[in-house]
Order: sequence, then structure tokens, then C-alpha cells
Amino acid sequence: MVEVRRKTFVVTRFDPDRDEVPKTQSYDVPVQPDWKVLDALNFIKDHIDPTLSHRWSCRMAVCGSCGMTVNGEPKLTCKDALSDYGDTVEVEPLANFPIIRDLVVELDGFMEKLERVKPWIVRAKQKAVQEGTYRQSPAELEEFKQFSECINCMLCYAACPVVANEPDFLGPAAIAIGHRYNLDSRDEGADQRNEIFRGEGTVFSCTYANECSEVCPKNVDPAAAVNQAKFTAVIDWAKRLVLPGPKEG
Amino acid sequence: METLRHDIVIVGGGAAGLRAAIAAVEADPEASVALVSKVYPMRSHTVSAEGGAAAVARPDDSLEMHGYDTVKGSDFLGDQDVIEYFVEQAPRELTLLEHWGCPWSRNEDGSVATRAFGGMATKRTWFATDKVGFHMLHTLFQHSMRFDRIVRYDEQFVTKLLVEGGAARGVVALDVREGVLRTILGRAVILATGGAGKCFPFTTNGSIKTGDGMALAYRAGLPLKDMEFVQYHPTGLPGTGILITEAARGEGGRLLNAVGERFLESGDYGVGSKLELGPRDMISRAIILEIQAGKGIQGPYGEYLHLDLTHIGRATLEKRLPFVLELARIYVGVDPVSQPIPIRPVVHYMMGGVDTDIDGATELAGLYAVGECACHSLNGANRLGSNSLTECLVFGARAARHAVTYARGCSEGDAGAVRRQAEEEAARVTSLRDKRGGGEKPVELRGEMNSALEDGCGVYREQGSLRKAVEALSRLRGRYQDVAVEDHSVVFNTELIAVLELGNLLDVAEAVAITALQRKESRGAHACSDFPARNDGEYLHHSLVYFEPGAPRLDKKDVTLGRWEPEERKY
Repeated sequence: MVEVRRKTFVVTRFDPDRDEVPKTQSYDVPVQPDWKVLDALNFIKDHIDPTLSHRWSCRMAVCGSCGMTVNGEPKLTCKDALSDYGDTVEVEPLANFPIIRDLVVELDGFMEKLERVKPWIVRAKQKAVQEGTYRQSPAELEEFKQFSECINCMLCYAACPVVANEPDFLGPAAIAIGHRYNLDSRDEGADQRNEIFRGEGTVFSCTYANECSEVCPKNVDPAAAVNQAKFTAVIDWAKRLVLPGPKEG
Repeated sequence: METLRHDIVIVGGGAAGLRAAIAAVEADPEASVALVSKVYPMRSHTVSAEGGAAAVARPDDSLEMHGYDTVKGSDFLGDQDVIEYFVEQAPRELTLLEHWGCPWSRNEDGSVATRAFGGMATKRTWFATDKVGFHMLHTLFQHSMRFDRIVRYDEQFVTKLLVEGGAARGVVALDVREGVLRTILGRAVILATGGAGKCFPFTTNGSIKTGDGMALAYRAGLPLKDMEFVQYHPTGLPGTGILITEAARGEGGRLLNAVGERFLESGDYGVGSKLELGPRDMISRAIILEIQAGKGIQGPYGEYLHLDLTHIGRATLEKRLPFVLELARIYVGVDPVSQPIPIRPVVHYMMGGVDTDIDGATELAGLYAVGECACHSLNGANRLGSNSLTECLVFGARAARHAVTYARGCSEGDAGAVRRQAEEEAARVTSLRDKRGGGEKPVELRGEMNSALEDGCGVYREQGSLRKAVEALSRLRGRYQDVAVEDHSVVFNTELIAVLELGNLLDVAEAVAITALQRKESRGAHACSDFPARNDGEYLHHSLVYFEPGAPRLDKKDVTLGRWEPEERKY
């Protein structure tokens, strides 16, 4: 069989009914060479301490549930190879979110931010289904495709220095998703979203630290989306000054 | 105990649940919909579907061809009225997704591209690279956000279906974060909780696929149908079971044995000239037989074969199968551009589920089921790849429209009786959480359940090991009564959820084994070594299984035939 090493996992524990502040607990885990960080957490849960709480599901880097802080960096734990770490691995909840319990953080704030950017196709008139699909060239698809790959894992919020100081900041993922619809040839909602993007706590709060794109496990490059969104929001504003006219709300 | 009220309560926030929610608020401008999910909807397992969604789109295709392929794929156990409705609605539903923003891959002229899939006569599988489930789920979820009347209950685990006066009245749900139980009343309830792959040890399914909706309905006295038909996907990664999509073969991938032979060319496996694009049941059997014949490759997780994409070329792989490249590199350390991918058959999908009619309606007034947790009898004994994502949309929408109509005219029921039921359930769950001194560790029960099903209900089954599995699962259900709970905390108690899920899995696992034991023939995904032939004389019927306090009770139901008479299934 395969070689087994032991590693020590220092894991954040917090139960709001018992603890004033989070503490840590250490677990000694026999680790298989092909394991990811999540495998070790599941081993702890199954064989050492069933009271440890963490979120996970697909274990194939697409559901976005298992984002945590590993040795200080935001990581998708099902994708994060243990072979990259030494004998001690620190696992904490994602930074910049309230902790609910152990490694589980509160996501409702993000859900509200996501809804704010109107993450759906906006059109003055819906096309009837009988008329078939829209034509969209591969080049038009390419315009927004990358920004549609966001799995909402929240690593970018954990890495973002602006979110850390300004919790209401719309944040990288929500802006990338809003911008994704702005770039979609089927959408007519850019005016509405640009209005949102010009508001407080949105694209202009971004200091372009680029941390979000560096930690993104799906290469979405939210920093590029935020930067592009800044630009189009300004252009849109300038156009309105030059060409005043009624706008749909 | 807090009580919330909605017109429609949907349990599950994947493709089927979200499509149902959208259809319900569109069908009735007044309807209030509760979307109750044990995870945030975008975490639902739809997200892991890769290859595509089927609907006729090309001039060389027809509804009749899609219908026939599906009937034949089902080994003639699909209900043909359901299949005809499905193929007719499929293009409309995928077009709607397109209007809602799904980033379908495109042809040069801007039309939606389609790819080849197993058992399909022509290219009719719509795709968005190889992350189709992900894109469909996020499109549906984000689109659903525009409707205020869809009220989400995220991370709420439904523990019971409330039934009173012969009708579904709502559910009891455990708020995972707060640890409190609430009653969510609805005039109609739609179950959309997905599959139950976690009955098995080696599965493509995520940790959340624990048969919850199936068990809720089963415990409420409703039959599960065709549970013996468990789909093994031919190409899972050894060790993890992570899915490598059939689209890899649709794009030209080849299956090779240890000596490099493209063994499907031998003519021994019934796939004819379709080769790698044969149906999943046949290809999975072929792989197992090759391994049994000594042509497997030994690895740390048992024997495997190779899926070879190296001849396809980097450019096409990066364009069409980027997720396959990513998964192979991360999880088995193989670069498919230059190396074959190790694969073996893996539990993927339950053809069976809560018995419904063509409207998604169950025998219980006001209760509907859609998606993988339902069995509308679209898939019969073997589902064709890329039919199930479309199925979630077609029947999610249809069931919701029927539920809305039903909800408008249904009686109120006895509120006091419903409340007492809910309070009893809350007491049961709370006492399980507070329970001290149980003797059975949930992890051990889960392990034994996994082994029993793997031994009894593999790609090939035989009567002796099936009988052992049925006996083992019956004993495990007994031992579950003494399950130990070590985490007694209130907030985000994932051990409590896992114990409740284990109860659901045990019910479903026993239903799988007991229906497999009684079907003494081989049909579709149910390959019984003792009875290698299909036997239409005795078994051209659906299996039903009902929960009973002692042992499950079996029954059967006619298959709806139509324009296609059962014939020998050859490709």
C-alpha cells in the first residue's frame, strides 16, 4: 500500500453557546500521500472527533463549499494538496466573515450582495421561447465566459483588503458576476448595474490589490472584472451627461 | 414551535427544485414559494454534472429519434408517454435556459453547439464546455433571485413530511445554523432532493446525496419505484470516484485495457459500432469483464483501465474539456494531453425514486417529486447520459404547474393535527441530539451499509450476495435505533445532520437491495449473473417497494408501452 505520514492539524474550534472566542485544537492525523486538506478534516470528523463542523460536498472543486484558511491563505480545501505542507497544518475559517461554528462562516451577506448586482438577464422585452435561442458568436461568449466561472467559494472575499476594512463592500465575486451579465450580448441591463456600480461601497472602493485574482481557484480574475466595471461605469456616466434621456428603472 | 406558511414548499434547491420554484411563481402571480435546501442552492449537486443536457436541435435529428434512443436505452422499462412528453418539451426548456443566460457553447454561426453522447443517435447534447451542471445551476439560481415570491430557506434540513387527512400539508425543517425546528406549511410539497449515491462507498456523488426526499416519501407510506436500477458511470477516477464526463468519449476518447487494446472493438460487449458511445450500463459491464479477464491495471485503489484522450490534441481538449484536464491533473496527477486517465465504473445515478405519474404527482394528494429523487419512469432500467439535466427542467416545470393548480383548490386540513405531528417530530429530533449512551457509531454503520451494497449491488449482481445484502441492511436498520450521537451542541451540528442522513440512506439502501433481489432477470443496469437474459414475460414491469415496520413490502406496476414494442437491445 501507499506510504502514510503523520501531520498535526491545528484547527479552529468555536461553539457560540460555549465559547467567548475561537480557540484551537490539535489533531494528529495519518495522512495518505494523495490527500487534500479536506481529506484530513473528514478523517478527523469520522475517526477522531465527530464534533468538528465544516462544510463540504462535491470534493471536486466545483460546489464551492469548502473554502477555509490554510496556513494563513484562503484555500479550497478539496483542491489543496497536503503534500504542499509541512508537518503542521493550521486550518481556520475564512477571514472577513463572521464565524458560525468551528470552520463554518456566515454567507448571508454575500447572498444579499449577489442579489444586488441583478445577476440575471435584463431585457426590455423577453424573447418568446418559440422564437428559439439568441445568436451569440463564440467571440461574444468569450467576452464574459471567464467571469461566469465563479463558484462563489468566497476565497476572494477572505483575501480582499477592502472587504476586511469595509464589510459592506460589494466584493470581487459579486462584481465579477454583475459584470459578467453586463458583457453578455443577450443582456440589456448594463445601465441598471452601472448605476449600482457607481454607488457607495462598490467598484470604486477597490484599491486594485489584486489579491482576489491571486487566490481564485477557478482563474476567474475578479480583479480584472472590477477594473473593467469601473471603466464602463464611468463611460456610461459620461454618456449620460452628453446624451440625457429617459432611462428605464 | 414557529410555523411558516407558503403555498408551495419545495425541498431541494438544485436544478429540479429551482426550475419548479420559477415555474410556480410564473404560473401563479400570487403564489408564495418556500425553497428549502440543506445547503445554499448553488452548492447543490447539480453543480457536479459535466457533459451536457439533451434536446433535439439539429436538422438531422427528430423527436422520434430522441424518443426511440431513450426507450431503447431504458431497456424498454421507460414509460413511453413520459418519454414522448419529455423529448417534445426538452428543446423548449433548454432554450429557456439560454434566454436566462446559460453560457451554452456555440457554433461559429452563433447557434448552440451540440455534442455526441452515449446511446444517442446523433449530436443532441447541449453543453457549456464540460461544466454544464455548474452553469445550469448558477443560471437557474441567479435567475430565481429576481422573484421575491421565492423565499429561500438555506441550510434547513427537512426531517419529516407532514401528512394529514390524506394530503401533504408541509414539512418540519431543522435550521442547521440555529438548531431549531420549524414547521413550514404548504398547500403542496415538491420533493427535489436528488439522488442517494452515498449508500455506496465509491460514487461520483457529493457528500450531500443521501436520499433524503426518497426517504421522506417512503416513510410517509409512498412507494419507491425501480430502485434496483443503479447507474454505474463507466469512468470515475480510482480512489475518489470523481466523475470524468462521458463527453470525453463524445469528443473522441477511447477506452483501452492494460495491453492497450481498444477492447470495445472486439464485438463481445453489445455496443456494435457505437464503441465508446454505447450506453453506460453496457460499457461499465465491459470494463468489469476486461478486468476480470486479467486485463486491468493494478493501482493503489484496485484495478482500473485507461481512458485515452491523447490523440485529441491540446487545443480541442482545452476548448471542449477543460474541467477534465483540471480534474485529472489535480486528483490523479495525470495530464490527459499526453497521458491516459485511469478510470473504473463508479456509482453515479439512481434510475429509481419516488413513484410519480407524468405530472410528477405521487399517490398522496399535494405531494410531488422531481429530479433524481423522483421516478417518472423516463429512464427505465438505464438512463442515457445528458437526459437527466433536461429531465430536471421538463418535470420540475410540469410538476410545479400542477402543484399550483392543486394548491388553489385544496382543502385546509386539520391545523391542530398537523401541529401535533410537527411537535412530535421536533421532540424526536431534539431527543436524538440530546441522546446519551447509544452503542452504535454512525461511521461504523455507514461503513457496513456501504460494504453491504457494494458487495450485493455492484455492476453484476447474484442472488447469494444480494440475499446477504438484504439481511445485512435489515440488521443495520435495527442497529440504527441504538445510534450514538456524540455532538449534543445546538449550532451547526453536522454530526446530527449526518445521523439523520444515515437513517435516510439505510432506508434507501434496503429498498435498492430488496428490489434487486426480486428481479430475477437482467435488464439495463440490473445485470444478474444467475439470470443473464431479459425476461419480458415475467418482468416487464416496474418494481414498487413500500416501507413497513418489519420488512419492506414489494409490489409492481405496469410499464406504459406505446409506439415502440420491446425488442432485443443491440447496438
